[in-house]
Amino acid sequence: MTTILDPTDERTPVVRTVSPRPNKLTGRIALLDIAKPRGNVLLDRLEELLSERHPTLEISRYSKPTFTKPAPSELREKIQNDCDLVVEALAD
Amino acid sequence: MHGVSKQKSTEMGRQALPAFLLEDLSGNKHSFPSGNETLLCFLKEDCPTCNLVFPVINAIADSNAARVYALGQTFKGNQILKERYNPVATILDDTILKVSFAYEVETVPLVILSDRGGIETDRLVGFDRAEWQEFFSNHFPEIEIAWDDMPKWQPGCGSLTQDPIIGQRLRAESENSPIRARRIEIGVHDDVHEFMFDQGFTDGLPVVPPTPERVFRMLQGTRRDAQEIVATVPPNLAPASVEKIAINAVLAGCKSEYLPVVIAALEAVCSEEFNGHGVFATTMGASPVMIVNGPIRHKLNMQMGMSALGQGNRANAAIGRALRLAVRNIGGAQPGGTERSTFGSPMKITMCFAEWEERSPWMPLHVERGFDADESVVTVFAMSGGPTLIVDQSSHQGKQLANSFGQSLRAQHHVRSHRSGDALLVVSPEHADTFENDAWTKERIRDQIQATTSVPLRELIENDEHAVGIPRSRASDLTDDQLNQPVPKFASADNVHIVVAGSEAGMFTAAFHGWASGSMGSIPTSQKIED
Repeated sequence: MTTILDPTDERTPVVRTVSPRPNKLTGRIALLDIAKPRGNVLLDRLEELLSERHPTLEISRYSKPTFTKPAPSELREKIQNDCDLVVEALAD
Repeated sequence: MHGVSKQKSTEMGRQALPAFLLEDLSGNKHSFPSGNETLLCFLKEDCPTCNLVFPVINAIADSNAARVYALGQTFKGNQILKERYNPVATILDDTILKVSFAYEVETVPLVILSDRGGIETDRLVGFDRAEWQEFFSNHFPEIEIAWDDMPKWQPGCGSLTQDPIIGQRLRAESENSPIRARRIEIGVHDDVHEFMFDQGFTDGLPVVPPTPERVFRMLQGTRRDAQEIVATVPPNLAPASVEKIAINAVLAGCKSEYLPVVIAALEAVCSEEFNGHGVFATTMGASPVMIVNGPIRHKLNMQMGMSALGQGNRANAAIGRALRLAVRNIGGAQPGGTERSTFGSPMKITMCFAEWEERSPWMPLHVERGFDADESVVTVFAMSGGPTLIVDQSSHQGKQLANSFGQSLRAQHHVRSHRSGDALLVVSPEHADTFENDAWTKERIRDQIQATTSVPLRELIENDEHAVGIPRSRASDLTDDQLNQPVPKFASADNVHIVVAGSEAGMFTAAFHGWASGSMGSIPTSQKIED
């Protein structure tokens, strides 16, 4: 029998579950631009379509300072506090 | 009197001996303290002195004067002793050497007499007839031994616990071991290498199994505490202890003296400036290039001359690989997970070299970056391409050669892409000579690169032929003066980094193309290498 030492961070593997999806679009929605080129193009169109089809939605736009780093915690907290849903735009 | 004994307990007087539970050769368990006066004798079968004294200690068991435990250090040797002497004394199996280690046995035979409560009353090491006779007259005067048939003196043998490899294993497994990592038992029917591939511990090539004794030996390479947390490793933001880094250094094939470089490199890669998170995650396939400066280059026999950027040198290859495996295993950066490079890169397996400071006409990289020349430093540079060869066997002037560098670097990322990225130039000795003969400093080279790559801003605007460039919408507000403004390849001359390495023959310079630069990307970062 060979004994070796664990080279990893020894986290118990966690299966990440996706948050439950809403049945209908209501309330406050965040459109988050991760700051990749043309992400705004996608979100602009999305905002247009959402306002047209779901006029009661409150839409707020956010953007990350750079796509190369995770969103700053202040931004994450703000979106969490101010919104019920978030759509994040990846692009290129 | 214990003249030859070097065991500390004799100086400290009466002290409780370590308790133990061992099996005899029939599998029956025996505990110490035994509740009776007990003679412990540590021995091994292939030691002539142990065989000399075995009948003597067996005489004590035979006369029932005390319980006698003969602690044999090898399983096979114990079987032979039993056949050879058919003793009354109980042979206990200490093949795993835990008890010998706990008793700090240096020489066998080691005889220790204990009272019924496990307190030491006397001891003997090796064989000195006068000492043994005195021992018997003090404790077992009624037992007759033919002392005159025995030699006056015969030295003992080294205990198996003194074997370097076995000693390291025992220290790694002992209670005050520096090792805390989770132990993984690999079944006897499992192939160790296949197991490690299956667990995802490797970069696709075989790794050295990180056994406790190897990790223990690796930890001897640093004075830092094994549990010191030296970095928080992206993307999982997992704490990296010195021990965890040592485990990955073993996997990568490092010698223990390489460990301080790996630790410093991981600290640098995990800094805010370097932005390891982005470097490892980017689809551009960025990866750190490690440049080592200072006296440690020589201590580790690192390659800085011929093939410095390539294969064949253990320190270069293993240090670079250890950094990558630490990021993979501790930080969780794995292709298909958070590491999402479109193409990947062989440089992601290992990329580490030393600067040939002695062959450079310029200040070494670490001194340029604010360190003392006699400090050892590792600098990490996020590359997304290279090493790309700049072939120039024609230039005999510094300006011509610097222009070659600039013109070749125009291709970095895209010819029409300016002001993004850093570049690392590894200048060969022959190219360095060209600059030295012309008294060209690094500063002049950088400025010339900026000058020769400058184009009017209007040429970089996107057009019907070329989609890459400054968006038309941004350019529409610019004045003619602004449109005529020359734009160099790099945001600043400081984005060009220059070192010397490579063999004496070859009029080439190797260029590493950077990733996104500045606070939006990755800033080259240096870290002092501490013992």
